[in-house]
Amino acid sequence: MIMERKTKIHAENDRQEILITREFELPVELLFKAHTEAEIVEQWMGNRVLKLEAVKHGSYEFEATDPMGNKHRFNGTIHEFVLNEKITRTFEMEGTPFPVQLEFMNFEELTEDTSKLSIHMVFKSVEARDQILKLPFAQGINMAHNRLQEVIQKLN
Amino acid sequence: MNLRRDVFQAIADPTRRAILVLLATQSMTAGTIASNFDSSRPTVSKHLQILTECDLLEQEQKGREMIYHLNPQGLKDVAEFIEPFAKLWDDRFNKLESIMKNYREEK
Repeated sequence: MIMERKTKIHAENDRQEILITREFELPVELLFKAHTEAEIVEQWMGNRVLKLEAVKHGSYEFEATDPMGNKHRFNGTIHEFVLNEKITRTFEMEGTPFPVQLEFMNFEELTEDTSKLSIHMVFKSVEARDQILKLPFAQGINMAHNRLQEVIQKLN
Repeated sequence: MNLRRDVFQAIADPTRRAILVLLATQSMTAGTIASNFDSSRPTVSKHLQILTECDLLEQEQKGREMIYHLNPQGLKDVAEFIEPFAKLWDDRFNKLESIMKNYREEK
């Protein structure tokens, strides 16, 4: 049932970190560019980019709209920025009790046409990490709920 | 032990997901849960049994009736709840890859 995915998630029990790794059939320059150009970020993240200053001491703010039409904002500060090599940044969900998290993103050239991205996320606590990991799970259940409601509404 | 690994199989079924959603707001008897579905009572009971075995539901005997509660703590092991998170990132990165492949061709 579970397909082999190109994205690997390494998360051990009782640790307050996650490691996400992914190899791309893209030169490292294009992989990096996809993280620094607002119009491109919007396309693959599915968020609006309100602000993206991709430089050291820069910051960003994204806005996502959920299936119910509610808007959620995310922001962070960029601490390290080395072209085609790394971005170190914070990530915060506005208006939620989730603590800020730290993300170390490393971009690596494998060949001329392939590259690898590693994101090391560090959380304030094991509980905070597990809650973040469970969010898409909870959203999946909510989406099932919404589909169920749609079906019920059609029946009425 | 095998049962715990099967949490994702448990929630892959639409009826079982619907049961979890139903119980998210309130606890219910098996009879009330079954009345929300077209499936037969024994079929719903089988679903309840699977969800209970995976620790996603808790049973409580009240007189002749069995009450079911949602147990979000049932998701204890990272491997059990990481799958939708992994899919989210994989979908995003697949999109990134295809967008940037086109971007390269346009240049």
